[in-house]
Amino acid sequence: MDEVTVRVRDLAKRFGEVHAVQGVSFEVHAGECFGLLGPNGAGKSTTLKMLTTLLPRDGGTIEIAGVPLTGDVTRVRARIGYVPQMLSVDGSLTGYENLLIFAKLYGLRRGERERRIADILELVGLGEAADRLVKTYSGGMIRKLEIGQAILHQPRVLFLDEPTVGLDPVARKGVWEHIERLQQEQNMTILLTTHYMEEAESLCTRIAIMSRGRIAAVGTPAELRAQMGNPDASMDDVFAHFAGSFEHEEGGMKHVFRSRRTARRMG
Amino acid sequence: MSSEAVAPHAEWGKPRHPAVLFLVHVAAILEMEARKLRKDPTELLMRGVQPALWLLVFGQAFSRFRVLPTGSVSYKAFLTPGILAQSITFISIFYGIAIIWERDMGLLQKVATTPIRKSALALGKMLSASIRSLGQAVIILVLALILQIHLHLGALSILGVLLMVILGGAFFSGLSMVIAAIVRTRERMMGIGQLITMPLFFSSNALYPMSVMPGWLKVIATINPMSYLVDGLRGLLIATPDTHFGLDVLVLVVAGLLMLALNTVLYPRILAG
Ligand SMILES: Nc1ncnc2c1ncn2[C@@H]1O[C@H](COP(=O)(O)OP(=O)(O)O)[C@@H](O)[C@H]1O
Ligand SMILES: [Mg+2]
Repeated sequence: MDEVTVRVRDLAKRFGEVHAVQGVSFEVHAGECFGLLGPNGAGKSTTLKMLTTLLPRDGGTIEIAGVPLTGDVTRVRARIGYVPQMLSVDGSLTGYENLLIFAKLYGLRRGERERRIADILELVGLGEAADRLVKTYSGGMIRKLEIGQAILHQPRVLFLDEPTVGLDPVARKGVWEHIERLQQEQNMTILLTTHYMEEAESLCTRIAIMSRGRIAAVGTPAELRAQMGNPDASMDDVFAHFAGSFEHEEGGMKHVFRSRRTARRMG
Repeated sequence: MSSEAVAPHAEWGKPRHPAVLFLVHVAAILEMEARKLRKDPTELLMRGVQPALWLLVFGQAFSRFRVLPTGSVSYKAFLTPGILAQSITFISIFYGIAIIWERDMGLLQKVATTPIRKSALALGKMLSASIRSLGQAVIILVLALILQIHLHLGALSILGVLLMVILGGAFFSGLSMVIAAIVRTRERMMGIGQLITMPLFFSSNALYPMSVMPGWLKVIATINPMSYLVDGLRGLLIATPDTHFGLDVLVLVVAGLLMLALNTVLYPRILAG
């Protein structure tokens, strides 16, 4: 059970003068849900993009399911599922078609493809809506489809970037339940990012508090409270203790634009 | 690590040969485009309006003037391959906008985390534009039949036309994707597209034969890839004697492969946003 599925050491990324990620190290164990918690601009998405082979890193090492992320990244890609912060399904295709195309991209063969798609549709509760165009889906349904799409090939680890951003409270609860089920019933290893303390606390076995590109503290919620010396502290208090105030400087206009666009997502 | 880590789903049979997987991936990207077009062909139909106007208005007017030496064929027949080439070029040169759109949405990033190779994604996208171009070709050829423009439409010549349309669509969309990777925003891509379409069109042999061009224009027309597309289509559709089908195919294939290579290299750039 203590097998390490994701191992990150001294990860670094700069955008010009901005040190988006610096000296980030952590380990995610098989079957756990690990949360990167931090405000907008903390470097969460940048970290995830480097882990999912989307962004080259400036320093550090990454190992996923025993495979180091160097050179031929397709071996790593076969082992990961990723749901980006932005929209990753095509609104002008049906839910089934979105799954079908990705099943092909993941290299599933015909027979297993149909079986797997049917399983996934049932798992995320979209069986009824499978033949509807995705642009008629609600935000919560789209998120569930995106999660389904990312686990078609039974990845060793699932990366979720802000899985509930822009969702209403009911849809958010629905997505939480699905993430919990994935972890408990399928024993899926999950690494998610969030800027909602409540989300991190209710979903994650362990949390890394991230601020200004660095990890300030790592542990279970109880461990974090113990480290702080106050077992009754709220997650807000924990965060303030390790990373200073939650609402620190933002990325300005560009950042507001990005997060709004994300929140708007798809109607 | 356990061997299971290397073969994540052993129960799903042997992993496929990389070459087979490459083709499967290209086909998946094409299927995505084809399914979208089938659901909503309005855009494709709308794009048939402009070439129709060219053929009807411009073709009609110039036929009367009889100013251009088009030999034994009517000017309208001479013009049809030129308008077909124009339509393919214009629809493909803006294809980069669709790529930027998918990038901005997040879909492209999602695709990029699957085991698809960069070259397979780039080729799939270029050939997706070819599917759109084929739609244009069907519209324009049907229109030419309705207008009773006399064209050679034998089985071989139609196969040749399909090949030219696919190559032309792939090259110009590849060029558009290279521009998209460099300029990165939809607005700038739109601007550059508008800036180059007309010069590309007027400096080619689409509207008039090379023989009537002044020397300087001849030089430009010779390096303009659109001229080769027009020449190939014209040779097939109206059987002009002095066309060079082999050379036309060669130029478009080499230019297309160059775009594929550039896109494969530039692809992290377009992903980064
Ligand atoms: N492509 C980029 N170009 C320039 N700066 C970027 C880019 N992506 C992220 N940044 C900057 O890096 C920092 C971390 O961003 P990000 O990882 O998106 O944070 P988070 O996901 O925690 O909100 C921010 O200051 C952001 O503005
Ligand atoms: Mg983010």
